[in-house]
Amino acid sequence: MVASLARRFGDLDIAEDAAAEAFATAVARWPGDGVPPNPGAWLTTTGNRKAIDRIRRESKRGDKHREALMVHDDDPHQPLGVIDDERLRLFFTCCHPALAPETRVALTLRMVGGLTVAEIARAFLVQETAMGQRITRAKAKIKAARIPYRAPSAQDLPARVTGVLAVLFLVFNEGYLATGADTDPVRHDLTAEAIRLTRLIQGLLPDDGEVTGLLALMLLTEARRTTRFSAGGELVPLGEQDRGGWDQALVAEGHRLVRERLAAGVAPGRYQILAAINAVHTSSRDVRDTDWSQVVALYDQLVRLDPSPIVALNRAIAVAELDGPEVALATVDRLEHALAGYHAYHVTRADLLRRLGRSQQARAAYDNAIGLAGNSAEIAYVTRRRDQLA
Amino acid sequence: MQYLLSVIHDGTGVTTPTEEADIDTFNERLQAEGYWVFAGGLGSPEPATVVDNRNGEVVFTDGPFVESKEYLAGFWIIEAPDLDVALELATEGSKSCNRKVEVRPFL
Repeated sequence: MVASLARRFGDLDIAEDAAAEAFATAVARWPGDGVPPNPGAWLTTTGNRKAIDRIRRESKRGDKHREALMVHDDDPHQPLGVIDDERLRLFFTCCHPALAPETRVALTLRMVGGLTVAEIARAFLVQETAMGQRITRAKAKIKAARIPYRAPSAQDLPARVTGVLAVLFLVFNEGYLATGADTDPVRHDLTAEAIRLTRLIQGLLPDDGEVTGLLALMLLTEARRTTRFSAGGELVPLGEQDRGGWDQALVAEGHRLVRERLAAGVAPGRYQILAAINAVHTSSRDVRDTDWSQVVALYDQLVRLDPSPIVALNRAIAVAELDGPEVALATVDRLEHALAGYHAYHVTRADLLRRLGRSQQARAAYDNAIGLAGNSAEIAYVTRRRDQLA
Repeated sequence: MQYLLSVIHDGTGVTTPTEEADIDTFNERLQAEGYWVFAGGLGSPEPATVVDNRNGEVVFTDGPFVESKEYLAGFWIIEAPDLDVALELATEGSKSCNRKVEVRPFL
């Protein structure tokens, strides 16, 4: 609803406010008057009316402003692009290259994902006021500089796709493992919307390997969603998940996309390699059948593309399965300087120390992890692990 | 919607004949495609004079209002439907004059 109002009126603030007012009116009226026959249409009509009211009010303050809005309101006669999807348009506006990369993610989470400023501030580890200012500034720039609400043309899309995929990946991850301490540990709305938008972009660029790779990666991750949390709300790591509960349709589609990329015979990028790693994991019915040498080989390939400490950490987790925890621990310890503030570093280290029987050090590492983790389900899991130590 | 495309000079030397020819070509495109409003080139800011008449008693100050290695060396004012078009034109403009270009919307 915000997306369609934003497109119609060319202004994110007006769209957000009008949608909120429409819902507030509904809450006030429906209990007394009864729910209208078509609640969605009622809300849209009310939202449109609220937006027009606000523009009328504002137009008294400045004709120039109104003029800008009218010019921007290209609805409904302009020929549409390849895909007519309002949220996709809004998404492309939010991750416009004229905005700073970190602002693009924040704005997408706000406008497309519907997260509150407070939730986004927590995800970025910044003060709520600072995040509020960043988002307000971005919206003001969209309006003042007239960043358009539209998907780029087929010829312009390839130039923007890398930045767009980075935002989609981060939105998906925020849904997959929400960072807020008092939010749901998993936000299915975010993962679903990230997948939906990635599918639309894959439809626009079917031959782009990284778009397909990211879609496959998301599908293979989403396939495990229902098995990632125990009944008690605890995170369940990959090795302990009930593999019979994985969504076989999503697994099959993810595998098909990975095979399609392998058949293309083009050197894979980051998302394709991550998708391939997930394809290996989702190929074994039992964790003990996992082809760890294949996983490590894929991580070796990824390290060459992206020699970041986080990739090295994930590679070490696979190395532990192949060469044992001692070898892995040596690698992980070398990452301390870069990753001391990252909870997954401490979880990994704690787990390796536990497997080596070094309980005291493992306990300290679990404590560090608990102090740094933001996801409530993950904290519950790590706490139990710590308390199980001898 | 009008945008100011400011040409930022950062000490890469004076405009060469090749750059001048490329700027001419770019200007012709702006005019042919209806984006052109106005454009101009500026000399170095050294001969500038700052005039301050805010207090009813005018003060003239010799030199530019801000001392900086980077300065405005010219500009285009264009009419474009949105920022995507303005950025595309600025991309070509930056190549033609071989300098950075700042894109700013008019109010």
